[in-house]
Amino acid sequence: MEKFEVKGTNRRRAPGGRRQTITGVNASGNLEVMIERVLPDSECLVEVTTAVTGFRDIWYAVIEEFFERSAPGGLRFSINDGGARPDTVMLRLMQGVRLMEAPP
Amino acid sequence: MSISWRPHEADWYEASARERIAGLVDPDSFVEFLGPDQRAMSPHLAQFNLTGAFDDGLIVGRGTLDGQAVLLAAQEGRFLGGAFGEVHGAKLVGLLRGARAAAGTGGPKCVLLLLDTGGVRLQEANAGELSISETIRAIVEARLAGVAVVALIGGRSGAFGGGGIITACCSRIVVSQHARVSVSGPEVIETNKGVEEFDSKDRALVWRITGGRTRTLTGGADRYVKGRIRDFRQAAIELMTQAPPFTFETLAAEQRRLAERLQEYGECRDAPQLWRKSGLPEPERIAELSDDAFLAMARTKECKHDAR
Repeated sequence: MEKFEVKGTNRRRAPGGRRQTITGVNASGNLEVMIERVLPDSECLVEVTTAVTGFRDIWYAVIEEFFERSAPGGLRFSINDGGARPDTVMLRLMQGVRLMEAPP
Repeated sequence: MSISWRPHEADWYEASARERIAGLVDPDSFVEFLGPDQRAMSPHLAQFNLTGAFDDGLIVGRGTLDGQAVLLAAQEGRFLGGAFGEVHGAKLVGLLRGARAAAGTGGPKCVLLLLDTGGVRLQEANAGELSISETIRAIVEARLAGVAVVALIGGRSGAFGGGGIITACCSRIVVSQHARVSVSGPEVIETNKGVEEFDSKDRALVWRITGGRTRTLTGGADRYVKGRIRDFRQAAIELMTQAPPFTFETLAAEQRRLAERLQEYGECRDAPQLWRKSGLPEPERIAELSDDAFLAMARTKECKHDAR
């Protein structure tokens, strides 16, 4: 098991009014991501707890690409991972931003 | 692009616990207690190098069902097989005790249990076993206070171990074809008694013994539904007001029924033998029928009981 976090800076606040949501399930090959609007608009943070050790470089690459693609200012992402593939991780993060677009 | 997702049309088996809740209760009526942002997580899993879940695999809360207030708990069968741990169990016990406490003051008259569990979580076994016992007591006390406790089962983990016992303690039980209800699971039986006793890799056999259709025909479930979330919703609406009184007479009648069932079918080795004995047509084909054909089929006398 491994725990780490990746911080990002952002140009804009993530759209929508939702305060918190969760998507995915911590199961084999899957992950759950909880998203909370708790940070200043110019910051974002992904906290990772993963069952699989030794893939930190890939996590950094995926999360940094996600920051560039979606600009999730103000959001904290907390991940419980059961060994998801990088594409699944990206999908869940993007899903999370989309779910936060809903009205409060 | 907007994607319209209609949760009540979704398949119960494929849906997550949160999706099942979304499609089961009235739209936007669900209010979660102790939600994931509270991070009430297992304190034990990290020592085993396991990552937890923010809700510890159990979602509890209140909502309305066809306009009536209900309490509900849903297990996520894909997180550690939906198994009971300390926090998971405490959330369920708390919900049931809350139902009992509120029953006298106009609280919800029904608790829905969306069970999807392999039983106790091995990594926190003592706490899990205790929480099963506390859950059973809490169900009994809620029923004594006049609250209907309805089990809804059709997820990938079934309702095994303590989850099977909890199921049997409920006021009413709803299953789909995917549902499996038992105490010792097929792998456990095979490990302890050998493959000739129970071949856990024979999927058809596992479903013939523990599956939703067999449970329905032997009176181990009160309602068989097709697999969509809205089918479970419809059954829950109908059953939440039809709970039998929880009295000594009810229990004595159930004991008599079970004793007769054991006497009549105790020697049978597989489900089709039961169906042949009880006079059902084409006993070998029951597992292959469509849901519509199964629902239209003649019933055994066992499934007409009203003891529970």
